[in-house]
Amino acid sequence: MAATEDHGPMHQFEIIRYKDINIGGYDISFTNSSLMMVIAVVAILLFTILSMRGRSIIPGRMQSLAELSYEFIAGMIRENIGTGGLKFFPFVFSLFMFVLFLNLIGLVPYSFTVTSHIAVTFILAMAVFLLVTIYGFMKHGLGFLKLFAPAGLPIYMYPIITPIEIVSYLSRPLSLSVRLFANMLAGHTMLKVFAGFVIALGFFGVVPLVVIVMFTGLELLVAVLQAYVFAILTCIYLNDAVNLH
Amino acid sequence: MEADAAKYIGAGIACLALLGAGIGIGNIFGSYLQGALRNPSAAAGQQTNLLLGFALTEATGLFGLVIAFIILFS
Repeated sequence: MAATEDHGPMHQFEIIRYKDINIGGYDISFTNSSLMMVIAVVAILLFTILSMRGRSIIPGRMQSLAELSYEFIAGMIRENIGTGGLKFFPFVFSLFMFVLFLNLIGLVPYSFTVTSHIAVTFILAMAVFLLVTIYGFMKHGLGFLKLFAPAGLPIYMYPIITPIEIVSYLSRPLSLSVRLFANMLAGHTMLKVFAGFVIALGFFGVVPLVVIVMFTGLELLVAVLQAYVFAILTCIYLNDAVNLH
Repeated sequence: MEADAAKYIGAGIACLALLGAGIGIGNIFGSYLQGALRNPSAAAGQQTNLLLGFALTEATGLFGLVIAFIILFS
């Protein structure tokens, strides 16, 4: 690491160990990142269980929210994969809620943005990639390889198209994870850089302060949008495995 | 030139990727508005494509930003 002073804009991404755990040479310490993940999971569980406890026909406020998020993901799957994809609903829904809650909790001052670490987002993207690949081969057998040679092209195009399709398929987990990670990293760094200006400018610091307020609104939009994009790209990739183009 | 100075210049140049992302995102929203004003009834159905295109375009710019971070902090 380059010389970042203790409270530079990158200080917020530091992993702090609360409890050292070391099993079989693997470092699985309980860190602030793990703590935020636990908080997010507990928040999701409380949200979904408590809001649906009433189960009334005419939903109250919280029940409407839960039904809205259910219908949002279910509609997304129906639109992109078709009703055959609804068996993936639990996977896409938990992925969406997990990323959404981590992004939103990360916006709270003095908390920690788990999704700003590529280790976390890459594992999530890799899970999607492996699911699509394994399910595709299970459902279509070797016919899944037809994905790399789209039908209806002139024959001399295939030597060019097939390598491009393969590379684009293999780069999916990379682009999926880097998109989420870079958005979170860039947004939070920008907020903290502007926060530094507020102190440095003294009285005129109100100008960057106003900018920060606006950027925080933008970051709220980005947090929701990135969770949405993560879910919808998962749906599109799953569509390849379920319907084979 | 000192190695450190070259590092910072390189990181700055890597951020130029955001130029393309800016043009692309502006293009996407501009085209969407044009289309939406011509046929407002079809606009709502294309919002998924709009956000998807926005996210895909933005990501290409952010790849450059990630390279800048890698240059700075490694």
